[in-house]
Amino acid sequence: MRDRLIFAGQLAFTLVVAAFLVVPAGLSMAAGVTVSYFRGIQSGLTLNWVAQVWELYAGTILLSFVIAFATLVVTLAAGVPAAYALHVRGGRLSRAIEEIITLPLAVPGLAIALALLLTYGGFGDFRRSWLFILTGHVIFTMPFMVRSVMAVFATVDIRTLDEGAASLGASAPRRFRDVIVPNAMPGILAGSLMVVTLSLGEFNLTWMLHTPLTKTLPIGLADSYASMRLEVASAYTLIFFVMIIPLLVAMQMLADGKGSR
Amino acid sequence: MQHKSFLSLCLLPLVVVTAAFFLLPMARLVVTGAEGPQGMAGYLAILIEPRYRATLINTVLLAGATTIATLIIATIAGMFLQRHRFPGRSVLIALLTFPLAFPGVVVGFMIILLAGRQGAIGDISNRLIGEKLVFAYSIYGLFLGYLYFSIPRVILTIMAAVQKLDAGLEEAARSLGASPWAVQRDVVLPALAPAFVASGAIAFATAMGAFGTAFTLATNIDVLPMLIYTEFTLAANFSTSAALSVGLGVITWLMLALARSFSGSAVAAAG
Amino acid sequence: MSNAVGHGASVRIDSCGKTFADGTRALERASLDIARGETMVLLGPSGCGKTTMLRIIAGLEVPDAPGLVLFDGEDMTSVPIERRNVGMVFQSYALFPNMSVADNIGYGLKIRGVPGAERAKRIAELVELTNISGLEKRRIDQLSGGQRQRVALARAVAIRPKILLLDEPLTALDAALRERLRGELNRLLRALGITTIYVTHDQAEAMELGDRIVVMSKGRIAQIGAPRDIYFAPTSRFVAEFIGAANIVEAPIADGHMVLPGGRQPVDGITDASQVIAMIRPETIAVVDAASAGVAGVVVQVSFVGDRQRLTVSGVSDKPIMVDAPNTLSVRIGERVGLSIAPKAVRLLPADN
Repeated sequence: MRDRLIFAGQLAFTLVVAAFLVVPAGLSMAAGVTVSYFRGIQSGLTLNWVAQVWELYAGTILLSFVIAFATLVVTLAAGVPAAYALHVRGGRLSRAIEEIITLPLAVPGLAIALALLLTYGGFGDFRRSWLFILTGHVIFTMPFMVRSVMAVFATVDIRTLDEGAASLGASAPRRFRDVIVPNAMPGILAGSLMVVTLSLGEFNLTWMLHTPLTKTLPIGLADSYASMRLEVASAYTLIFFVMIIPLLVAMQMLADGKGSR
Repeated sequence: MQHKSFLSLCLLPLVVVTAAFFLLPMARLVVTGAEGPQGMAGYLAILIEPRYRATLINTVLLAGATTIATLIIATIAGMFLQRHRFPGRSVLIALLTFPLAFPGVVVGFMIILLAGRQGAIGDISNRLIGEKLVFAYSIYGLFLGYLYFSIPRVILTIMAAVQKLDAGLEEAARSLGASPWAVQRDVVLPALAPAFVASGAIAFATAMGAFGTAFTLATNIDVLPMLIYTEFTLAANFSTSAALSVGLGVITWLMLALARSFSGSAVAAAG
Repeated sequence: MSNAVGHGASVRIDSCGKTFADGTRALERASLDIARGETMVLLGPSGCGKTTMLRIIAGLEVPDAPGLVLFDGEDMTSVPIERRNVGMVFQSYALFPNMSVADNIGYGLKIRGVPGAERAKRIAELVELTNISGLEKRRIDQLSGGQRQRVALARAVAIRPKILLLDEPLTALDAALRERLRGELNRLLRALGITTIYVTHDQAEAMELGDRIVVMSKGRIAQIGAPRDIYFAPTSRFVAEFIGAANIVEAPIADGHMVLPGGRQPVDGITDASQVIAMIRPETIAVVDAASAGVAGVVVQVSFVGDRQRLTVSGVSDKPIMVDAPNTLSVRIGERVGLSIAPKAVRLLPADN
């Protein structure tokens, strides 16, 4: 009997916590499609707010995607070969390099942004273009790609596969193409999803680096929270959720797939 | 040897990008921090200057309170979820962890929806006690916001740690006559201690460096990230803001290094 | 034991040692000659340096200066593995999960630019040779351990290497499968006749597959020889104990006889010595009537192993003696028995390991 009480108590507690997290998200999604938040759902459903958001912020949303995919391209091109090299070389130098590229995770985005501004703020054209934001995103997301790929290398024993291909006469670039990359795919995929999700949602860095002409979705969100009415802000948040949640679900499915093997 | 040169080629793009866009700027930041009127002593301003010290203490207290509250909440919920199987369990877990990807701004908005002028809590309290409770823009709102983004992270870590617990230890304790509470106190919680330290350190570091949430809640609450922001953008006080952000960076890095020594893998703060 | 005509290259290792970057001395300077077509087995416990030696021959490790590796007299020391044209079977097989069985086998040929039709023909040949017909389209994770082993072998042999290198290819399999595949592997290696270097810690495998065996311990070569020589004439205590079962007896010699607590055992070739170390194999000891024997003791354990009985007899020497007796012999624990050993079965060993 006591056990049942404890179970019920813990369940209730957990439900309250879950409610705390979910209710506002649900409210926001509802508010985004409700005619009037003040009057609630009885006032009717509408896509007007969503349409308004699109009118105001379409360019911002588009730029977010451009930056996210550009970040992905750079992290793939620089991160995947580097992960291979770091894994195969091992040793102190590799570990040191790993440490260094992971540092951006320990340093607040604000600090990294300040640093970038102080160093490159003077290069007017660069500073005003979205490439400036891109550099911040790349630095921030790179460790996720590298670690994701290296994690797969560890489980697949990529070193022995590499030696096996070498014993059959394949040169280093050939091995990279035929054996390394195909077998790193799960890590590359997981890393890619992670990078895109992080880039789409990044605020701390981007807020400092943006200009009125280079705004991303989270910047737009902050704008709308500050200056737009609740329904518009909610509609914008709804759009963000719609973009992000499929990515999160995909990442979860990938992770589960790996776990069940 | 061809293999070695191929490996160096593989590392080159990453090294170049990191050097140019991280190492160099960070070095510049550290140097700028010492360029103010006080020179190198500017770095100690965070501890000496009363305004800065007050902000630092505020931030540390807030982060500390968040950490402790999150650990307690996450442990109760996490252990419960890991140890029991019931219909709807995976839905509950998904609900508790989906805010993981929310940027701080969105979390701020969530708190506004809960406790702002048109907030749900305000509505409910109005109906119950006739007074509208609005606290989103106070330190309690900020605290709630910090809880919002900490809980999902810490719950996942705790659940993973609970999963790795050796059930044999608990069974051994019970076979020796320990009551359920004693088993928790003497076997389970001590075994989870490393996970507590690791996830607590991450939660602390994240809360210390959180910017988006405080920004959205537009509080006059002074937390370190907001201070850095205002010093840089409004007061153009480059050296002070640089010194402060280096200080903040060092504190967060130390906390995360602490977390890593207890969990053995690199961890991230983001929010 | 081997084919009349050997194929492949002869291998010479000259003063090759290896110290790794972290300071581990994996291999002391060693020299070795392997004739073309010979199957040389590197045998020893883990950590003895056998895998390091194999990897040096393969080209995966570079020996410390002034070590040299020569194939058919040609210096290959600085040639990387990609260009040594060796066939290698790894302990974990290293089969490519992203390719089918056929593609795995044909990979080396693809690298060498062999056109598709010819490649397919060669793959079919090898599938036949290694008995894996029907598996060509499968993915690697759909194969059993024994099947993977054969694919690894087929892949290594497909490129017609001059030297075949096998790193504990049977270790990953369970005992019954290992014994069965050992015979198949032996037949295959004989049929191919290529110079083969085989690493294992299993001495039964070594004896069955090797033309010669290199017994290694702690980075050094302990003994090189044909299986018979290693078995009957070990040159050290380590080799004696590592190969087969051995009774090690330490005793003084007086008047051509070993003086033991359980009696006097005649020996060959030595009349007097203050202390010797000798090895006596269990199967060379016959159980006789205690009264008429030179050496006697008490049976403390009888283990019926199936094809023989393993007796443990104490009181003969300071340590119990293992005796292999016929499985039909009737003997009980506590019974006093005599041991008859031919003098030449007492093999004297040098004083140290």
